[in-house]
Amino acid sequence: METYLIANTLGYPILSTLLLLPLLGGLVVFFLKGEKMLKAWGLVVTTATAVLSLPLFTAFDRGTALYQFAEVSHWFPFLDLSYVVGVDGISVLLVLLTCFIMPLCVLCSWNYIKERHKEFICVILLMETAMIGVFVSLNLVLFFVFWEAMLVPMYLLIAVWGGERRDYASIKFFLYTLLGSVFLLVSIVAVYIKCGTFFIPALMDVVFSFGFQVWIFLAFTLAFAIKVPMFPLHTWLPAAHVEAPVAGSVILASILLKMGGYGFLRFCLPMAPAATLYFVPWLVALSLVSIVAGGYLALGQTDIKKLIAYSSVGHMGFVTLGIFLLSTSGIRGAMLQMINHGIVTGALFILVGIIYERTHSREIDDNKALGTLMPAYVTYLVLFSLASFGFPGTNSFVGEFLVLVAAFGQSNWVGAFAILGAILAAAYMLRLAQKMVWADSDGHGHSPEDDDQGHALWDLNLREFLTLGFLLVFVFWIGLNPKPLMNVMDTSITHLLEQVDEGRQQLDEGHHGAAHGLALVDEH
Amino acid sequence: MIETTPGMLILTAIIPMVAAFLVMISGKRPNVREAWSVVGAVLTFASVVNLAPRVLSGEVLRYTYAQLLPGISVTLKLDGLGLIFAGTSSFLWILAAFYCIGYMRGLNEHAQTRFYVCYAAAVGGAMGAAFAGNLFTLYLFYEIVSIVTYPLVMHHQDEEGYEGGKKYIIYLFFTSKAFLLSGMVLVYLTAGTLDFADGVLTGLFPSETGKILVIVSYLLFLFGFAKSGIMPFHNWLPSAMVAPTPVSALLHAVVVVKVGVFSTARVMLSVYGVNLLNASGLGLFTAYFVSFTIICASVIALTKTNLKARLAYSTVSQLSYILLGVALLTPSGVTGGLVHITNHAFSKITLFFCAGVIFVVSGKKDIREMGGLGYRMPWTMGAFALASLSMIGVPPVCGFVSKWYLAVGTLEIHNWILLTVLLVSSLLNAGYFLPVVIKAFYGKPLPEDEGKTGSLEKTPMARFMVVPLAITALCSLLFGLYPNYFFKIISVLDTGFFTGLTQATAGL
Repeated sequence: METYLIANTLGYPILSTLLLLPLLGGLVVFFLKGEKMLKAWGLVVTTATAVLSLPLFTAFDRGTALYQFAEVSHWFPFLDLSYVVGVDGISVLLVLLTCFIMPLCVLCSWNYIKERHKEFICVILLMETAMIGVFVSLNLVLFFVFWEAMLVPMYLLIAVWGGERRDYASIKFFLYTLLGSVFLLVSIVAVYIKCGTFFIPALMDVVFSFGFQVWIFLAFTLAFAIKVPMFPLHTWLPAAHVEAPVAGSVILASILLKMGGYGFLRFCLPMAPAATLYFVPWLVALSLVSIVAGGYLALGQTDIKKLIAYSSVGHMGFVTLGIFLLSTSGIRGAMLQMINHGIVTGALFILVGIIYERTHSREIDDNKALGTLMPAYVTYLVLFSLASFGFPGTNSFVGEFLVLVAAFGQSNWVGAFAILGAILAAAYMLRLAQKMVWADSDGHGHSPEDDDQGHALWDLNLREFLTLGFLLVFVFWIGLNPKPLMNVMDTSITHLLEQVDEGRQQLDEGHHGAAHGLALVDEH
Repeated sequence: MIETTPGMLILTAIIPMVAAFLVMISGKRPNVREAWSVVGAVLTFASVVNLAPRVLSGEVLRYTYAQLLPGISVTLKLDGLGLIFAGTSSFLWILAAFYCIGYMRGLNEHAQTRFYVCYAAAVGGAMGAAFAGNLFTLYLFYEIVSIVTYPLVMHHQDEEGYEGGKKYIIYLFFTSKAFLLSGMVLVYLTAGTLDFADGVLTGLFPSETGKILVIVSYLLFLFGFAKSGIMPFHNWLPSAMVAPTPVSALLHAVVVVKVGVFSTARVMLSVYGVNLLNASGLGLFTAYFVSFTIICASVIALTKTNLKARLAYSTVSQLSYILLGVALLTPSGVTGGLVHITNHAFSKITLFFCAGVIFVVSGKKDIREMGGLGYRMPWTMGAFALASLSMIGVPPVCGFVSKWYLAVGTLEIHNWILLTVLLVSSLLNAGYFLPVVIKAFYGKPLPEDEGKTGSLEKTPMARFMVVPLAITALCSLLFGLYPNYFFKIISVLDTGFFTGLTQATAGL
């Protein structure tokens, strides 16, 4: 087991700290009183987690594809249930993203959440533990525990603090994800029966027979395709997004969707490379359909949150497209797009939350012509909208460009379809920004004395301004200097593609793989 | 190749942006606000002039500000082509800044702060595009120009304004996303870099590149830069004329459309190169293709009676002259095309300035109502007449110089069809410009204007507008008489290619 790991050499067990701090913080919440104190506590814990996660970036060894900052503690050795955590170039960025998005989730809910503050902070903190756990687990069972643990707080977020149709949305979210989890569990058990281990890095080196690969690939893919979400399994997403409170939407868009992409990279590609190669045409096609369908559906929305939700389907289509093109630039682009989408879509949902607090409506028609009334707000709105559709100089451009390079490198038709998605993205984001800033010719906008809906408009306060400003810094920083991020992921991506290449050989040797049986590499 | 200090090049693009910011924060005090706009314009021009001597001595200034991916960076670079465009735009901005004051105050327009902010930012974007050292940087500033000019097009915020703005943004973003982005990806995949080649001959493509790829990517760029107004993607330009006239004048006759033409010319010369375009026949194809726009837009212009609409179609037609010249791929042709960037800019901005003054002081937009106006606005209509002659190509006004070189270029490749196109289009130009001048001086005034003889140019606000347009008209004349300085700038672009020019302008 140790051959895959590099032990943590920092002064403190960093990954365990990141897991335990929010968990303990969530339990401490029950001894606190008062709305202000609770919110402050939530902010302190999430910020502390974010600060403590920084060494993951600074001390990360960019020259190795092994799992770093690893911690091992045996649990039930006879079942190979052990607590193994570690990060490589693929997961480390997602852990950092999670750690830095969470304080913003607390900040953007500051006035948004009106009741049950204690439970809210508790749920947010437990959610953070579960999400970090998913990205750092190197044991399949541990992974599955965190994966399932995530469902409950998310369900509660939607069902308790959600909008009018929260019951429908939360149940739909729960059922869809649970369906995926069932298949995930089945394949985990199947893998254990074949190999007798749950240790993920070791399982990556096992060469399964082609027939077995097909089955686990399909099971894993179903689970992750629901999570991403990939067309036609995306229908839970708009419902969940629209009904979730602003923090829920941000978590959902920025982090939860990334778990699908992470799953593809961590399980499907390395464990079932031959099956991946076999199914690639289908998955590329589905990704393209997701891109175009997501964009097309977003174009017709009147609800801002729904629009952004459908845009997520399109953007995540770019991610899966990049992954399944199986080239360096494709996977690099996909990884960058995951980070970018987390930053930009998170910001867009925060923006929707801000306007919802003021006008109590998410309809575009009720939120028109804000230009003169909320200048700072619309400045952010325009900048993040530009970033969302890949304006040059912003972060999404780099990711999108890399995926497009991979797409055109594969075939011009794939590239042309992806470009179509990029056009649609520009169309719906510009439409949204145009209407919210200026309104169109038929509708009148708000005016300062317009108080007929019983609400007044005020521009961003300092808290909102800083929350969005923090994200904007990353938009331009990654947009103009993506090298630091790429350096972190490059070695792992190269290693991943080597693993996929082994599948290519396997596929070439015998297409059906039945005669091969199981060539098992036992690490014990 | 000279690696410069970081400040030198970006300064020219930054000054207008800073000016825009200062305009924004001084929005409550109109005098201060407009002073910033003028100061910004003067400083921008000064910074371009400051760089000019080094470029003229044959240096190519370059600096890389940010490296995104291998071969993709934010790089600024100044050579002859960029200098011509940047110099022209920044100089005209000074005059336009004064003109704006007269126009916006004269009509008491709303949202003037937003107007000045976007105006300055658009020039800043154009400066960046002029200085772009690679395709990515060009694309970056090209898109910035699209975004910041949108509020200017829909300035009036009425039905017509929003419709024009919608068309504008859809045309520009659709083409840039669909074609430009794909073209960039294809170039990156083939050449491994987006950095422009030096000189105009070689380009970026490796010699073994497949012909289909070259042709497809070239067409993507040709249509991707929709700002250049080539048919069939020209329709945004007439619609954008709903904007206030200073916008039409500086942006839709000079800055925005020239960004499109400049970018296309840049891609033709620095990405594909003369040799490749010659070998693949794409040069001649482009020449024929834009010829269609030249003739067709002129014919449409004949049918328009709204003065600004007629000028808009004239712009569509004239922009294609520039591309025609570059597409001829001979030294004279390219010279004619590039020098027309300046010549058309000065003449067309004069014409638009005139249209704006006429509208502000008399409220007239339609040519048929302008009878007898020449006597009440002698300076304006005089300048209009002079600029019209330039558009038609009558010596000694500057339009003649461009057309002469374009004609020589067509003769160099022995192509009688393109020569005919030039001559026919000159006749059409005369056909739609001269009637305006004749109407103004010899036409009958409208019944309600009968007997009014007082000058309309005497008010202070009118002077703010008449003086700039007199200057631009005078410049048109001067450039026609002394064109050598521009030839010198063009010749430093590639002294090997423009040998004749280099020798002719050696003394300058």
